[in-house]
Amino acid sequence: MIYFDNVSKRYSDGRSTALEGVSFQVAPKEFVSIVGHSGAGKTTLLKMLIAEDKPTEGQVFFESLDVHQIPRVKLPKYRRKIGTVFQDFKLLPHKTAYENIAFAMEANGRSDDEIAENVPQALALVDLEDKIWNFPGELSGGEKQRVAIARAIVNQPDIIIADEPTGNLDPIATYEVVQILKKINDLGTTVIMTTHNKGVIDELERRVITMDEGRVVRDDNQGKYVL
Amino acid sequence: MITAIKRIFRAGFVGFWRNAFVSAAAIFVMTVALFVIGATMMLDTLLGVSLENIQAKVDINVYFVTSAEQTEIDALQRSLEALPDVAEVVFTSREQALAEFSERHQNDEIIMQGLEELGDNPLGASLSIRAKETSQYEGIAAFLKEQQAVEDPSAPLIDEVNFVKNKEAIEKLTAIIGAVEKSTFIAMIVLVAASILITFNTIRLAIYTTREEISVMRLVGASNMFIRGPFMLQGIMYGIAAGVLALLVLYPIVLWIGPETEEFFQFNLFNYFVSDFAYIFTVLVGSGIVLGMISSMLAVARYLRV
Repeated sequence: MIYFDNVSKRYSDGRSTALEGVSFQVAPKEFVSIVGHSGAGKTTLLKMLIAEDKPTEGQVFFESLDVHQIPRVKLPKYRRKIGTVFQDFKLLPHKTAYENIAFAMEANGRSDDEIAENVPQALALVDLEDKIWNFPGELSGGEKQRVAIARAIVNQPDIIIADEPTGNLDPIATYEVVQILKKINDLGTTVIMTTHNKGVIDELERRVITMDEGRVVRDDNQGKYVL
Repeated sequence: MITAIKRIFRAGFVGFWRNAFVSAAAIFVMTVALFVIGATMMLDTLLGVSLENIQAKVDINVYFVTSAEQTEIDALQRSLEALPDVAEVVFTSREQALAEFSERHQNDEIIMQGLEELGDNPLGASLSIRAKETSQYEGIAAFLKEQQAVEDPSAPLIDEVNFVKNKEAIEKLTAIIGAVEKSTFIAMIVLVAASILITFNTIRLAIYTTREEISVMRLVGASNMFIRGPFMLQGIMYGIAAGVLALLVLYPIVLWIGPETEEFFQFNLFNYFVSDFAYIFTVLVGSGIVLGMISSMLAVARYLRV
């Protein structure tokens, strides 16, 4: 489903290299964790996938689509196939949990009826039915991240990208968020997650790609956190 | 499509009210900018009118000999009127010239006595010629000179052409008019450019506060139009509000200055403001809309780049 073909990213000063000859593929319905120290290139890798950043060499494919050949006007449509979750949640502070999720559906041009039906369902999936009218400021870190996940899945994307989703969370909230991602994966959505939380990886028992200094150093099917 | 437009409108209005303070700042700056444009418009009109007034006072007079035949004068008048540069030719008969002369000097006994003693009317008929542009008097004067040259010297028709006397004054006036028009045009361009820059920066600042929101919109796959739309709408609303405010500020000023201009320029600025209100309204509110929309578009474009 996703193919990274010998992808390299060098910055213009000629010395710093974010990625060096990265190749791997992700099959549909897989749950892939990408681990590595800060600066190992994990986030750059995800940015390549949502076309936020261009590789210096190599190609990234989403199914048969070369991601970096997509015309700019068609990028929004492509990005709707991908749900994104970030360490800092990126919720709009002046909108309630409901409005934050509805907003993503509005941007996708979904009808008001669909929004009224799907938003509560998405919030139910992340166990937040009772916080539907709360503003992000009134939610805990874990709850905010769950709203963000609900927003990412509400448009039924083919794939969820989670960049350090547990980076700001306490151990209990971390556990809850990982369980929800697992549940989403079990329902048939591909998940790609970056993390440097050893506990999360060892508990998951799914595929782990280990990166170091821009290179893929390990790729284990039922991996552990080894660095 | 209709849902999308509805949502863009709703988001635009909500954004306008939620960022009331930023909106107020943007409207204030734009009001100042549009006021400057409006005031320049008024000044330009006033200058135009006064230039026209001065230009109307400039003419060439052809004085005929007292024995001139009316048919010959008519023929010259017709050929003058046929010239493309001539705006108007006014004929003054000998009798009219005398009546005007007597009226002007009615309190001067010596002159009136002298006139009585003469018994006959010493004044000739005359033609007063106005050109469309002050620069065209030279050509008309040349034409009259030609006419004089072909005349029979023993029985001349034209006694005197007074252009030569006025020549220096006319040339000076032409130069002054040209300079005033040029400098108001330059001043207007500079002021308008400054207004656009200030407005653009204010709106950019207003949008800077929502850059986080824009990045989230892109993240969830909102199309560029869906992101840009509400901001453009807000820019348009700023423009309309600022245009109306600028008109409200202009109103008392022209009301107050109207009688003064009436006295000085024989042109009441307030009457112009009222009679041409539709035009002034369109220009100010229209430039407000264009200014707001383009500024918003440029400002958002910065955050839409991939």
